Amino acid sequence: MTEKTDPSPILIISELVKSFSNQRVLDGINLEVYPGEIMVIMGGSGCGKSTLLRHIIGSIAPDSGSIKLFGQEMTTLDDKALNAIRKRFGILFQSGALFNSLTIGDNIALILKEHTNLDATTIEIMVKIKLELVNLREHADKMPAMISGGMKKRAGLARAIALDPKILFYDEPSAGLDPVTSAQIDQLIIDLTKKLHVTSVVVTHEMDSAFTIADRMCMLDKGKVLKVGTRQEFEWLRDSDPADCPSEQDRLIRQFLRGDAEGPITERKLTSDYEEDLLMASLKHEK
Amino acid sequence: MSVCESVENSSENPSFARRWLAIVGRCSIGVTRSFLGKIGSVFLLLAEATQIAFKGFFLPGHKLGKEALFFQMVRVGIKAIPIVILIQMAIGMILPLQMYPKLAEFGQADQIATINAIAGFRELGPLMTAIILSGFAGASIAAELGTMVTSEEIEALEASALNPVRFLVVPRLLATVLMTVMLTVIADVVMVFSGVLTGMKLGLDPDTYYQMSVSAVNLTGFVTGLVKAAVYGTLIGLIACHLGLSVKPWQGSEGVGQATTNTVVYSIVAIVISAAIFTMIFYSYGLFN
Ligand SMILES: Nc1ncnc2c1ncn2[C@@H]1O[C@H](COP(=O)(O)OP(=O)(O)OP(=O)(O)O)[C@@H](O)[C@H]1O
Ligand SMILES: [Mg+2]
Repeated sequence: MTEKTDPSPILIISELVKSFSNQRVLDGINLEVYPGEIMVIMGGSGCGKSTLLRHIIGSIAPDSGSIKLFGQEMTTLDDKALNAIRKRFGILFQSGALFNSLTIGDNIALILKEHTNLDATTIEIMVKIKLELVNLREHADKMPAMISGGMKKRAGLARAIALDPKILFYDEPSAGLDPVTSAQIDQLIIDLTKKLHVTSVVVTHEMDSAFTIADRMCMLDKGKVLKVGTRQEFEWLRDSDPADCPSEQDRLIRQFLRGDAEGPITERKLTSDYEEDLLMASLKHEK
Repeated sequence: MSVCESVENSSENPSFARRWLAIVGRCSIGVTRSFLGKIGSVFLLLAEATQIAFKGFFLPGHKLGKEALFFQMVRVGIKAIPIVILIQMAIGMILPLQMYPKLAEFGQADQIATINAIAGFRELGPLMTAIILSGFAGASIAAELGTMVTSEEIEALEASALNPVRFLVVPRLLATVLMTVMLTVIADVVMVFSGVLTGMKLGLDPDTYYQMSVSAVNLTGFVTGLVKAAVYGTLIGLIACHLGLSVKPWQGSEGVGQATTNTVVYSIVAIVISAAIFTMIFYSYGLFN
């Protein structure tokens, strides 16, 4: 692939570790993302995908490890340098995270007003363009509380691309959207990447969408990267016979990709201390 | 219980007492440290907000957001005006009625005007206004900012390279300070007006009452009252913003509720304590004459 021949990754994460109280959410993450590619990050619910994104955008500091974005070490930057970098990426939060006191249009206008010297007319035009991209132009004057969850997500996306960022992070962009809108968002991600050479890092659960947009994919499990590979590699894994997957790890990924009810992921849950837990519960109340 | 047992118990007591003493000691050190830490971060917030506000006012290229300030002033203050008027009407009536019998006994009924005016302008105007605003402004600011934390808006602001202190704290803090001062002026006037009405009911001459009120309150009295109001307003705004932004995303609506309640309680405590400090300072510098 052309991306791989590009010598310098735009994002390098190495040995990233983060614990919340006693729970180690990220346990030595290593990942590289190259300019112009779409990297899809997958993993079970609660495995730390959103937490990983929060580290990349500099809202949480890791316990150890490094994150290099645009060649700069994010974990040690001061506020000023961090803000300079923040103008060069966009992020779509899992919840949309719109500014609830502003209309949809003003959510986007605010960013343009604060970070550019454009006059009011140009800003209004820019807002319309961004909203049209996500099919929300006629809803510009509505407040976030008045629109549906899927619309919030699209509005969040419009805000994320307000400053024409070089790299975009998406936290589950198509979760909770109807199939058509979801396909439109997929197409938008592809268009942005291929036409404007934007790099995209997409966290998603939707396998259809993942296989539609991904150049490369990355599977997280228990705070570690299980596998990074091209879409073709993952497609092969998904369509392979279980007999062709010798390693436990490959069978685990295969189950996730196919969405099978049976497999290593389910077995792992069953072999956990469920019975012991039930026993303890009954003992506790006997006393 | 036999004597022997109780002696045995008491010989055990020192270690028991020491253990409790250690626990109490550790707790109070912890509480003190977290209290000092809180005060420290409130002052850091004040320092940052002041710096940003100054830059916004005086340096070109730094935007202050006058619309946001105006919006917050309306939100913080306008709704509180009727309540301030109501309460000051009541206080302007209570004070003269309480004083009248004793003063009339000494033939000093006229002095009601003096007492009412001094109490109002120097103490009760700013104090009552601030207490009302800690409910109106403080609680709503804390609830708003806390909700913004839980809905990830603050994180989104930061990720968009927008400083929450500049965007959210500065307009709210300035608005609270300005509105506390403005409402204090209203409160002062209303209290004197209510005093005049009460005085008329008691058979005092409204003109004399008015003249005595005016001569009781000199410029110093009026200005110190407003300075107090500004300080109370700063306390309310700082405490509300600090507690609102300290809500953690996972605390959800419970965290927001707690921040709101704490804002009202802490604000009132801070206001009353600083009122006492003001009074001590003014008294020892003879500003009361
Ligand atoms: N600020 C925090 N404090 C404590 N624990 C946290 C915090 N943020 C996340 N966690 C924990 O970290 C784990 C990973 O959370 P995260 O939101 O990153 O998961 P996720 O992979 O995005 O899940 P989902 O697919 O459901 O969005 C969860 O178990 C969560 O409870
Ligand atoms: Mg998530």
